[in-house]
Amino acid sequence: MKILLMGNPNVGKSALFSRLTGTRIIASNYPGTTVEFTKGALTFGQEQADIIDVPGTYTLEPTSKAEEVAAEILQEGDLIIDVIDATNLERNLNLTLQLLERPVPVIVALNMWDDVHHRGINIDVARLEELLGVPVVPTVGVTGQGIKELVSRFPEAAAPQVIYSSSDERWAKIGDIVSQVQSLSHRHHTWREVLEDASSHPAGGIAIALLVLVVTFFVIRFIGEGIINYITDPLFNWLWTPLLMKLSLALGSGGFWHDILVGKLINGNIDYFQSFGLLSTGIYIPLAAVLPYIVAFYFALGILEDIGYLPRLAVLMDTLMHRLGLHGYAIIPTILGFGCNVPAVMATRILESRRERFIVATLISIGIPCAALQAMIIGLVGQQGIQYVAIVYGSLFVSWIIIGLILNYTVKGFSPELIIEIPPYRFPPWRVIGEKLWLRVSGFVKEALPIVLGAVLVVNILYVLGVFDFIANLTAPLLTGLYGLPKESVVALTIGFLRKDVAVGMLAPLGLTAKQLVVSTTVMAMVFPCVATFVILARELGARDMLKASGIMLAAALIVGSLQNLIL
Amino acid sequence: MSQNIQMTLGQMEAGQVGTVIQILGGRGLNQRLEALGIRPGKKVTKISSMLFRGPVTLRADHTQVAIGFGMANKILVEINKSA
Repeated sequence: MKILLMGNPNVGKSALFSRLTGTRIIASNYPGTTVEFTKGALTFGQEQADIIDVPGTYTLEPTSKAEEVAAEILQEGDLIIDVIDATNLERNLNLTLQLLERPVPVIVALNMWDDVHHRGINIDVARLEELLGVPVVPTVGVTGQGIKELVSRFPEAAAPQVIYSSSDERWAKIGDIVSQVQSLSHRHHTWREVLEDASSHPAGGIAIALLVLVVTFFVIRFIGEGIINYITDPLFNWLWTPLLMKLSLALGSGGFWHDILVGKLINGNIDYFQSFGLLSTGIYIPLAAVLPYIVAFYFALGILEDIGYLPRLAVLMDTLMHRLGLHGYAIIPTILGFGCNVPAVMATRILESRRERFIVATLISIGIPCAALQAMIIGLVGQQGIQYVAIVYGSLFVSWIIIGLILNYTVKGFSPELIIEIPPYRFPPWRVIGEKLWLRVSGFVKEALPIVLGAVLVVNILYVLGVFDFIANLTAPLLTGLYGLPKESVVALTIGFLRKDVAVGMLAPLGLTAKQLVVSTTVMAMVFPCVATFVILARELGARDMLKASGIMLAAALIVGSLQNLIL
Repeated sequence: MSQNIQMTLGQMEAGQVGTVIQILGGRGLNQRLEALGIRPGKKVTKISSMLFRGPVTLRADHTQVAIGFGMANKILVEINKSA
């Protein structure tokens, strides 16, 4: 049996999905969080069912790619849970009535039920049920209220198959239903609404955006540095280092296995950035250098997402983004890119046209460093002084703008106008924020740790085999001539294809000057996405556009790196 | 005395309330706006517009929607002004 969770964008389908299946998935407060079908399992009574979280759609007459897929999957469902936002009954019922025309049984989840009362809305659920002819169950996805009742009433789901001859007739019916079941009571403006209105106004919006930016920056730094200084570094220095030193002695302080496992001793000690053994650098980079910033970044992002700030930022940025051939909503995949480019490239599906998706995916790959790369840049380049970190970020930002301007002129087509729903500000329970953070952080550890260890192992073996000397000599003219980098740094640039954090780590033993560090990390950020992003780019853009994007990345890295070398 | 004035959504001032009378666009635009609950006969409140021909934010029922400046100028509204 196949159950489909369907409904308008941002009505809480993903939160409900998590509740129904026990499988946690990312839910946020903006339309288009879910761009892919997510499948989970649910047992009710004796039956085992597959439940599918369908990307949100306003109508079954598709107007965008995401809506097309939603309409298609409908044919495969045996039961539809139509999730509707109780605070937006009229608009949501449009999809409901369209679903009720189809021969598939429907049950309605009247979600966000907790929000109805402080908005001064009263809904007569029994009457609504009667008028629609299918069960209607009030639910609160984030807390789980009403879920049990929803599941227990699955057998009552019905397919009335009432067909309307035109959309006008359907809207007339909706108006009729709403006037019978909903009554509004007057209430005062809440502080939430005052804030909502303020962030929609030009001046207030800019002031709030700057405040959000500054606060976010400090929160990320505070949490990231706090974890490093008070948790991970003490753990490594007091617990792990003594253990490793014992192992090092046991292995005779040198030799093949010693170098693979513990790495090279620097002045008789382990240096977590330079030793480059599996158990030293291989574990330190993902868990102690990068993880703290992953936690910090996703904590801040999770709050911004769930409050519902991002769509407002999209409106504010719309005019600027149009210059880059995009519209404001492209800021959402871009911000996700600061965490990891993989979900960012997938999130480009919320944009309407191929052209926009190509531009934004290319720009993300070039100008948006992921959290792992940023943590390493801050760690390594930051040792030379914060101004050098600023140069790296500045170069990336300027490249992002210039390449966007160029792409807007050269890629055929036009950028469509923004048209989005702005969700109300909400504050989800801390538990929900914590669960989402855990989901993302554990995802990072599971996916990154094996690749980092693999990369460190490969690096060590290739060193022993002398492969790197060969490549280094081959590319020496390019690196020293254009970038002013020692020929050994090509090894790091190559490894950047596997993991950027490991690659930056490999620069540490080379003893680069501040300027060389700036050039090499900037080039590394721009030149190639990591292999995971590469695969997603190919899947989302197709092989041809992916190759085009890669060409642009190479050219940009070549130009920007040599310019930095000339100017600095 | 009161009189009805017609203008586009783009021309409205922040805080003004109007009734949509026509959407001067193709089927595609009409459909997309309708999906968001904006269709002829609907009462909308303009909340704000961003500088430099930026998007216009409006409220229809309990939904806030932001739409591009060009689209906003294709939405014809009628405003009741009491004189």
